[in-house]
Amino acid sequence: MHQPYSQRLIGALGPAQARLLGGLALASLVALPIMHLLPESHALHVSAYTLTLAGKILCYAIVALAMDLVWGYTGLLSLGHGLFFALGGYGMGMYLMRQIGRDGNYQSDLPDFMVFLDWKTLPWYWQGTDSFVWSMLLVVLVPGLLALGFGWLAFRSRIKGVYFSIMTQALTFAAMLLFFRNETGFGGNNGFTDFKRILGFPVAAPATRAVLFLLTVLLLVLALYGGWKLTRSKFGRILTAVRDAESRLMFCGYNPLGYKLFIWVLSAVICGVAGALYVPQVGIINPSEMSPGNSIEIAIWVAVGGRGTLIGPLLGAGLINLAKSWFTVAFPEYWLFFLGFLFIAVTLFLPRGVMGLLTRKGAST
Amino acid sequence: MSPRTDAATGEDFGWEGEATGLARPVDASQLDTRHGDILYLDDITVSFDGFRALNKLTLDIAVGELRCIIGPNGAGKTTMMDVITGKTRPDAGTAFFGQTIDLTRLNEPTIAQIGIGRKFQKPTVFEAMTVAENLEIALKTDKSVWASLRARLSGQQRDRIDELLGLIRLGEQRQREAGLLSHGQKQWLEIGMLLAQEPKLLLLDEPVAGMTDAETEKTAELLLTLKGKHSLMVVEHDMAFVGAIAEKVTVLAEGSVLAEGSLAQVQADERVIEVYLGR
Repeated sequence: MHQPYSQRLIGALGPAQARLLGGLALASLVALPIMHLLPESHALHVSAYTLTLAGKILCYAIVALAMDLVWGYTGLLSLGHGLFFALGGYGMGMYLMRQIGRDGNYQSDLPDFMVFLDWKTLPWYWQGTDSFVWSMLLVVLVPGLLALGFGWLAFRSRIKGVYFSIMTQALTFAAMLLFFRNETGFGGNNGFTDFKRILGFPVAAPATRAVLFLLTVLLLVLALYGGWKLTRSKFGRILTAVRDAESRLMFCGYNPLGYKLFIWVLSAVICGVAGALYVPQVGIINPSEMSPGNSIEIAIWVAVGGRGTLIGPLLGAGLINLAKSWFTVAFPEYWLFFLGFLFIAVTLFLPRGVMGLLTRKGAST
Repeated sequence: MSPRTDAATGEDFGWEGEATGLARPVDASQLDTRHGDILYLDDITVSFDGFRALNKLTLDIAVGELRCIIGPNGAGKTTMMDVITGKTRPDAGTAFFGQTIDLTRLNEPTIAQIGIGRKFQKPTVFEAMTVAENLEIALKTDKSVWASLRARLSGQQRDRIDELLGLIRLGEQRQREAGLLSHGQKQWLEIGMLLAQEPKLLLLDEPVAGMTDAETEKTAELLLTLKGKHSLMVVEHDMAFVGAIAEKVTVLAEGSVLAEGSLAQVQADERVIEVYLGR
C-alpha cells in the first residue's frame, strides 16, 4: 500500500511552493557546469572534482528512479540493476577506447589491453564501435535485450518475490565474473580508462565536462517527467495492481507479463543510458560496477528515499552518495557499517523513507 | 446467408448456409450456449501429491442459473474454481465454456476476457487505488499494454462506473482509497469489479463472509437481480444465505458431487447429513 507520496507532498506544500523548489533545484544544477567554466581564480569557480562528483551522483539518481519504477511501483525488487548501468557504461567505454586511436601507450590501432594480450585483430563484437551512433545503439540495445530475455523467462515462469531478487543478483554476479576474465575482451579487472576524446573533443576539458553534465541533467528531467506521466496513467495504476494483487489483476483479464516486461526493459534502458553518461565523466569503467554490493546499494537509495514516489529515490541517491563521499574520506572503514545501520534504521523507523518523513511534517503543519 | 470464413485465417470456405453435424465449423472465439448450458465440467480429476482434490467431478451450469455449491472444508470447492478459471490444470477430464471453448487450454487473463469472473474467498481489491479506479481497471475494454498506455476514460465508461457504484452502494466512497473500506464494502467492491467485466458466468467464493446481517441481506438481493442476466456459481457456508438465494444446490464431498437438488432436498439426504450437515 504505497500512495504516490510525491503527490501528497505537493498537496502539503502547495503547487506554487513545489514548483519553486523544483525550479531552484533545476537552476542550481544548470548553474553548476557554467560556474565550472569560470576561470579558476574566480570566487564562484566550481572545481572539476565537485562537478564530477555531482555528475556521478546525478547518474546514480537516474538509476534510482529507474529502480523505483520496477520496485516501488511494480513490486519487483531487482538486486542486479547495477548490471544494466555497467553494460551501458561499457558500451560508451568501447567507443571511448576507440577514440584514443594511436595515442595509447603502444601507439597501436587496437586498445592497449589488446596489445598487451598480444591480440592482432579486433574481436567481432568490437566491430563498428568506432562509430558513435552504433555505440549509442549498443548502450540502449544491450541492456534492453538482456532485460527482455531475462525478464521474459522469469515473468513467463511467474518467478516473484525473493526468488526473482536472488536471480537478478546471480545474473549481475555471473556477468561480473565474465567481465573479470581477460579473454572476454573488455579489459579484465582493469576495465577501460585513460580516455582521451569524445566525438573529437578532449574528454577532460571544462567545456566537455559542462556539456556532459548538462546532458545528465537533461536525462534526469526527461526520466522524471516520463516516470511522472507513466505512473499517473492507467498503465501506471496497473503496475501498482501487479504489485498489490497480481492474481486479482489476472482475473480482471490483464496478462501481467507484458506490463512487467515493458517496465522492466524501460528501467534497464534508462540505467544503460545513465551508465553511458557516467563513464566519460568519471573516466573509468570496470567490472566492480557489476558487483552485487553495488546493486544492493541502489535498492538502499530507493528505500531510504521512499519507494513509489519518484522524487524520493532521487533524494535517497543524493543523500547517501554525499554521505559516502564524506565518510570514505573521514572514516573509510566504517562506511559499510553505516550503510547497513542506515538500511535497518530506515526499514524499522521510516518504512516510507525520507519522503514519508517529509509528507508527515508537511501534513501536520 | 453469407459464406462462412475460417475464424483463424479468414480463409473463405465458400459454403452457403448453415453446416450441420460434424461439418459445422467450430468457432472457438464465440461462446456457444445453444444447448442451454454455459459450463460443462466432465470427469475432472486434480491431484496434489497423491491427494485427490477433485475426483471425477461432473457438473453443468445452465444459462442464467444461480447455483449454490456447499460442502465441508476440503471438498474441492476452491480447486473447482481454480480449474474453471485456468489457475489449475486438471490431470484428467474436460472443462468447456459453452459448446466450443475448452477452458483447460486457456490462461487466466484469457478466461477472464471471454466472460468468466471470479471473486476470491478473501476480498481482494487494489488497496492503493480509489474505489472508482478499481472499477476503471476492471471495465471491459482492450487490456493490452499499448491500450493501457494511451487509455482515457470515455463518457460512456464514466457512466458505467457511476451505474456500478450505485449498484454496489459505494457511490459516496468513490474517491476513497479501497484499502480504507470495511470488510463488507471490499466484498461489494470486488463484486462490482466482476460486474464491470460484464462476465457471462460469475464465480463467487464466499461472498458474504464477514458481512453484517444487513449487508448479507443486501447481497442476496443483488445476486437475485443478477440471476437471469448472468449465470452464477456461489460457494457459501452460510445456510441462511443459501436458503435465501438458491433454487438448486450442489453438495460436494471429497472432490465429487454428492447430491444435487433444492436446499430442502439435499438437507434431507442421508449421505449429506452424514458428511456435512450432521457434524
